[in-house]
Amino acid sequence: MRIVVQEQPFDFAAEATAFAKGRTDLGAVVTFQGIVRAGDTGDMERMVIEHYPGMTEKALQKIADEALTRWNLGDVLVIHRFGEMQAGDQIMMVATASRHRKDAFEAAEYLMDYLKSRAPFWKKEYAGEKSAWVAAKDEDEDALTRW
Amino acid sequence: MALEILYFAWVRERIGLPKERLETNAKTVAELVEELKAREERYAVAFADISALRVALDQDLSDFSASLEGVREVAFFPPMTGG
Repeated sequence: MRIVVQEQPFDFAAEATAFAKGRTDLGAVVTFQGIVRAGDTGDMERMVIEHYPGMTEKALQKIADEALTRWNLGDVLVIHRFGEMQAGDQIMMVATASRHRKDAFEAAEYLMDYLKSRAPFWKKEYAGEKSAWVAAKDEDEDALTRW
Repeated sequence: MALEILYFAWVRERIGLPKERLETNAKTVAELVEELKAREERYAVAFADISALRVALDQDLSDFSASLEGVREVAFFPPMTGG
């Protein structure tokens, strides 16, 4: 398992290729990459993600540990960025590897659902002179109940 | 008891600082919040609706009724928006 919290961009293709490489017991790898969306009105110019150093790593570790107990996984990778990003930039990625695809798919969704509302990150969007903290959505909280 | 108190996102902006050290006799998070609210208007504004806030004790999510016994770090922040 690897948990990375960093400001700089990461190489998604290189990470995906290196993940679970050489593990002949694992038949499935699922990867997900989160991208900064321009926003519904399209006027968002940049986003700044704040986080809680120390707790962030601890919370991600806890979420990944839980995924490892719930599904039969060979490996888990979570990379999440903080700091300033533009629309179209990558924010984060998760990768899961398992013997069969069902575990990898479900665990990847679980990781995404939990790190949206249980990992201490906060997004602030900027458009010209305006800025606003992104509000948490009820549906993100509701998504946790299915697990 | 000395506590390290951290604020994030709009809670940090409203209070105007990212962290502070506080000597307190508060036994629970709720008591600590009342103590902070009584200090200055900016705290009263930030903590006006605690249902809009989350709290972490020593970097684990907790709740406002939790005891502060043995706790060293308290963080207040809005619901998280990662991913």
